[in-house]
Amino acid sequence: MAKAKETVSRTLFVALVLSIVFSVVVSTAAVVLRPAQIKNQNLDIKTNILSAAGMLPQGAGAEEIEEVFAQFEVRLVDLDTGDYVEPSSVDVKDPMKYDMYKAASDPKMSTKIPASEDKAGIKRRPNIAKVYTLSENGNLKRVVLPIHGYGLWSTLYGFMSLEGDLNTIEGLGFYAHAETPGLGGEVDNPRWKSQWAGKELYGEDKTEPQIRLMKGGVGANTPDKEHKVDALSGATLTSRGVQQLVNYWMGDRGYAPFLKKLREGEV
Amino acid sequence: MAEVTAKQVLFEPIFSNNPIGLQILGICSALAVTTSMNVTIVMCLSVIAVTAFSNLAVSLVRTQIPNSIRIIVQMTIIASLVIVVDQILKAYAYEISKQLSVFVGLIITNCIVMGRAEGFAMKNGPWLSFLDGVGNGMGYSIMLLFVAFFRELLGAGSLFGVTLLSPVNEGGWYITNGLLLLPPSAFFIIGLAIWGLRAWMPEQVEEPDYKMSRHTHKEAF
Repeated sequence: MAKAKETVSRTLFVALVLSIVFSVVVSTAAVVLRPAQIKNQNLDIKTNILSAAGMLPQGAGAEEIEEVFAQFEVRLVDLDTGDYVEPSSVDVKDPMKYDMYKAASDPKMSTKIPASEDKAGIKRRPNIAKVYTLSENGNLKRVVLPIHGYGLWSTLYGFMSLEGDLNTIEGLGFYAHAETPGLGGEVDNPRWKSQWAGKELYGEDKTEPQIRLMKGGVGANTPDKEHKVDALSGATLTSRGVQQLVNYWMGDRGYAPFLKKLREGEV
Repeated sequence: MAEVTAKQVLFEPIFSNNPIGLQILGICSALAVTTSMNVTIVMCLSVIAVTAFSNLAVSLVRTQIPNSIRIIVQMTIIASLVIVVDQILKAYAYEISKQLSVFVGLIITNCIVMGRAEGFAMKNGPWLSFLDGVGNGMGYSIMLLFVAFFRELLGAGSLFGVTLLSPVNEGGWYITNGLLLLPPSAFFIIGLAIWGLRAWMPEQVEEPDYKMSRHTHKEAF
């Protein structure tokens, strides 16, 4: 027996059978579990949006999250013109299915950012972004915008929620990053995040975002404190990254044209 | 090879032949996934499942595996099981699987899994091999949980995500130890644990490679 199993044909046979058996096992697992995984991913995105908007009910289950999220309208926006576009222009039926981060790596659907303007450190920007708006009785109540940019070690992905005046920040949250735990990782700290509420994005002219992360903290007497948030202690580069990415995305190259049109009721 | 009993293969790896403590295997993931107890427990369960079932599968086909491709056969079995575990986590424990990210996939490279398949399952029956996998997985888990206990408690002031020492950042009194949230701290804790283990069971102490000879010559001055 020991001799028989060492022949070449025997070796090939065992390798073949083994490959077939295990590819069936692996593909079955992948196919059977796929629907549950997609559900999880979608739920995760919705949870992050609600949490940025401060609308996440405590200990909410999947159904509750779906229900609250259903109040939002999902729209696609052309970042250059600031106009809404039809989902069909990016080949999807449901705008929820559009992935702007995947689009950012597709040369046809994104624009290269010149190095001098690339404050957020993202190299390419998708042409079309996915935004979430919430209206009550025909009045715009809040807008949630996806933002991302480079911190110290990693790209931070998050959402910023604006109030109906499209200037006051309601909340900010990052759902994916790999910053140093305990230092830059404190972007997840609820106390730090809570400072963002009520800050104002733009100055008088409503064009250039003015957000600054201040070393040493923001006191009652700090000038322009409506634009300033405490920097994270021990995380200069993560703080700078957050400041840059917020200002990039809320600026001319980001959502500013869209927000301007939305404010003036043109879209 | 001496006869082994089921009890031995199951319980020996926990303290007297701990894969991390004595054999110093599987350190890489012990550094990466031990910042919080919840994440660590899921990682431990995954490793127990993979070692147990890969040992079982390898042992079942051990008489059929041609010697020339035995390592790649073991790798295929382990890799498939790891993918299955990863898929299951993504479907049923999404939050934690996001935190574990690549480290579930990296169970494939965990020396303990491969080591047990090659060192034990190739020579023993399916039942014993299965128990050996569970035992070694538990030995790995005990060490990881020990590390995670200190890292989460002193690094973040909490256990299982429940705040016990309320940290300064959230308005409390406890100044968190940032070092414990970084991977190198696991080295210190594992080192201390191995020291403790060997003080308790001196038979684990290795023979020194060489001994300094006594100083016999008088120097010139």
